[in-house]
Amino acid sequence: MCESCGCGDPGLVPVEIHERILASNDERAAHNRQHFAGAGMVAINLMGSPGAGKTAVLETTARRSGEKRLGAMTGDLATERDAERLKAVGIPSVGITTGSACHLDATLVHAALHDAPWNVLDFLFIENVGNLVCPAIYDLGQTANVVALSVTEGVDKPLKYPVMFRVAELVLITKVDLLPHLPGVEMEELYANLAKVTPGPRIIEFSAVSGVGVKEWIRWLEGLATGRSGKAAFIGGASS
Amino acid sequence: MHEYSVVQSLMQRVEAEALAHKARAVDRITVGLGELSGVDPELLLSAFELFRQMVPLCRNAQLQIREIPAAWRCRVCDTEISKGEVLRCKICQKPAQLACGDEILLDRIELEVP
Repeated sequence: MCESCGCGDPGLVPVEIHERILASNDERAAHNRQHFAGAGMVAINLMGSPGAGKTAVLETTARRSGEKRLGAMTGDLATERDAERLKAVGIPSVGITTGSACHLDATLVHAALHDAPWNVLDFLFIENVGNLVCPAIYDLGQTANVVALSVTEGVDKPLKYPVMFRVAELVLITKVDLLPHLPGVEMEELYANLAKVTPGPRIIEFSAVSGVGVKEWIRWLEGLATGRSGKAAFIGGASS
Repeated sequence: MHEYSVVQSLMQRVEAEALAHKARAVDRITVGLGELSGVDPELLLSAFELFRQMVPLCRNAQLQIREIPAAWRCRVCDTEISKGEVLRCKICQKPAQLACGDEILLDRIELEVP
């Protein structure tokens, strides 16, 4: 502890770092982002609780997106069931099994990029591990974050999981066809809660069953490809 | 429990820095955690307790956490928007932006250097 009295103790040297702890993930994410931009591709990090309907959103997208070339990576702790579901509707997909990890990171996504010819796609959907916490803090190199929130999860989810909803460029409220059976779910309250955790949220009400919101969702995706979709651009004219 | 993977990244960075300085040991590690970082201080500490046993240079290191409260401000007029309110400036009608509170930072380390 001592530098001056000659007692032989080592000196304590403070080293200022001031770096993000996840800096190495950020670097790999930036590398992925270069890949995506180089290929002229939009990459979507699709997050949400297990059972929020993420895979159903993508199945519906496949049926309704016309000539666009879609691809997907699906993250789960075990099984490649989601990837199989998406292949069945014509989306080339790679399953990423994380073992016990609760989120995807930029390295896992990069490794999966090498497993398929991703550079011929218009849209790459990265379906993250179902979880409303951990995936929010790992940049994957995505063009945009989309969070799927199903109406059956209740209107207070944004207040309970502010970290996740803060990073959402778009919130897809899924399963809205079930609303007539959920008398306690007030959409107004859900919108108000979202506005308290993310500034100017862009929200689309969606149903894979009735088809509500599908057109709007696809238009939003197309807007990302041409640089028109953004978060602030949609908030009642208050674009910045 | 992504705190384990956060601590893993932290330890790699700290160990590399300690080796670069030819340190005998790491005495203290200070990190900054934002309220909206998604990282829980208690869980980070317990993950650290486990991981430091595996890194000889960090075996006796202390982890100090600087908690950073979240603050939202108007991007135009800089007015602060209180927690729990709609994140839009009442004056400018513009969406707020996060001024601080999402940090997951390695601030500094203190090394025992012979």
